[in-house]
Amino acid sequence: MERRTIFGHRLLPVALVAPQFLLTLIFFLWPACQAVWSSMTRQDPFGLHSQFAGLDNFVELITDPLYRDTIGRTAFFMVAVSAVSMSLALLLAVFADREIRGRIVYRTLLISPYAIAPAMAAVLWILMLQPRIGIVGVWLNKHGIPWDYHLNDRQAMGVIVLASAWKQVSYNFIFFLAGLQSVPRSVLEAARLDGARGWHRFRTITFPLLAPTTFFLLVVNMVYAAFDTFGTIQALTQGGPGKATETLVVKVYRDGVVNLDIGSSSAQSVILMLGVIGLTALQFRFLGRRRPT
Amino acid sequence: MNPRHDPLAHAVLLLGAILFVAPLWLVFVGSTQDPAAIARGELSFLPGEAGFGAYTRVLNGPVPRMLMISLGMALAIAIGKIIISVLSAFAIAFFRFPGRQVAFWLIFITLMLPVEVRIIPTYSVMSDLGLINTFTGLWLPLIASATATLLFRQVFVAIPDELVEAARMDGAGPLRFLWDIVLPVSGANIAALFVILFIYGWNQYLWPLLVATNPRLDTIVIGIVKMVAVETETDWSAVMATAMIAVLPPVVVVLLMQRWFVAGLTEVEK
Repeated sequence: MERRTIFGHRLLPVALVAPQFLLTLIFFLWPACQAVWSSMTRQDPFGLHSQFAGLDNFVELITDPLYRDTIGRTAFFMVAVSAVSMSLALLLAVFADREIRGRIVYRTLLISPYAIAPAMAAVLWILMLQPRIGIVGVWLNKHGIPWDYHLNDRQAMGVIVLASAWKQVSYNFIFFLAGLQSVPRSVLEAARLDGARGWHRFRTITFPLLAPTTFFLLVVNMVYAAFDTFGTIQALTQGGPGKATETLVVKVYRDGVVNLDIGSSSAQSVILMLGVIGLTALQFRFLGRRRPT
Repeated sequence: MNPRHDPLAHAVLLLGAILFVAPLWLVFVGSTQDPAAIARGELSFLPGEAGFGAYTRVLNGPVPRMLMISLGMALAIAIGKIIISVLSAFAIAFFRFPGRQVAFWLIFITLMLPVEVRIIPTYSVMSDLGLINTFTGLWLPLIASATATLLFRQVFVAIPDELVEAARMDGAGPLRFLWDIVLPVSGANIAALFVILFIYGWNQYLWPLLVATNPRLDTIVIGIVKMVAVETETDWSAVMATAMIAVLPPVVVVLLMQRWFVAGLTEVEK
């Protein structure tokens, strides 16, 4: 949509856009270009020499079974977090949409975890699940179930999925509830008169009407699980035990910041950028909606 | 359906609410218990005898400074993002100028470049600019925002042409028009965005971890993750008191501004 009436100035608008423009240039585009450049160079560990290496870093990554493992692990993590978080949120939203007493209180309780940082969610779950002090962890060990997510790969993955999904439920809940509230009551009423009962009515009428919301949330949850869970994982397992909870972003951080392998880390960054561009394009192609920043 | 009789709905929602409140409750009761007992695995579901001693302990440590850093960072990011996004959206909506399309697309691109995908190069830009271990470094690079700009552009484009026409007849220049008309009509959007961005700023983890290694610049989130990272001889009730203090400000902001925030969130991301 374009407006007909506009102001005639020429310099003023340029000055108004300038701050945003400069920040984008300096902190977004310039580093992104550098990432592309250094993904095609090879550096010694001290950063003193670098030479052009073409696509070697990419070839090395793609042929590295460890990197492929990380991709697979990240994909599993993304799907698991989205599935757990979205289904729980949808269930809660369906019931919170009913006309019951105290629904405002329920809604408020379910919305407020939105404010909790991903890293803080990890801290809260440590106090539940930590094998020696966490209330659930201690109970499990006492009852003959060996529980320690610092040692057991599967338990570690389970714990980061749980903490990450838990944090995202309130976000999904807000959107599902808004989606449910916009389903026309007359449609539901008509279905009721036609004899459609609870579950059947939900499956054939409500859920299809929620499809755009569901798809939007699916993309948002995938992006959340891929990128925003770094703090959760770092606080809970640091990617361990071994590489059991190392996602792509954790690996970029480990390789780049901890191991100072700039070439490989940059190549990984470029691959992640392509992933984000893909997801954003997908979202626009199907919905014309944006991802949150 | 009779509003009073829906036991299934109550059961599901109650379980849901417990799932979200229980961890917080546990942190609260933990903060009032004896740290040695917690370390022995004797965390209990009821408030302990230690009272609020742990709070006094942490408030005499680095926690108040961490809170100030977090608060400063969250406010700077929220306010900074709103200001520069309003200005650029205003320019894009109300003017034709050379490079308008280019500016629009460049801002749009930032959507695709979250900090997680450009960790190392952004660090080197930051160090070239001397922004490592500075407070400015914590917030300045985060205030460019495509989402906010696109949202405001959408709001501004919907302002009727007649209003713009009338303002021009009255001899109002563009800046006067921005201040007297555009900002007041966007009040609700600004409030909603403020909540979302304040929480976004308060909850940052990777960025401060990257650009501020000096403990004096630790945010409260960074601080608490550092505290739990050493799991031997941890003063657990202090950890929990700090966690309570870290969680409360953003939760209070969301609770106080719930209505605007929920409407705004679903609006922003449509």
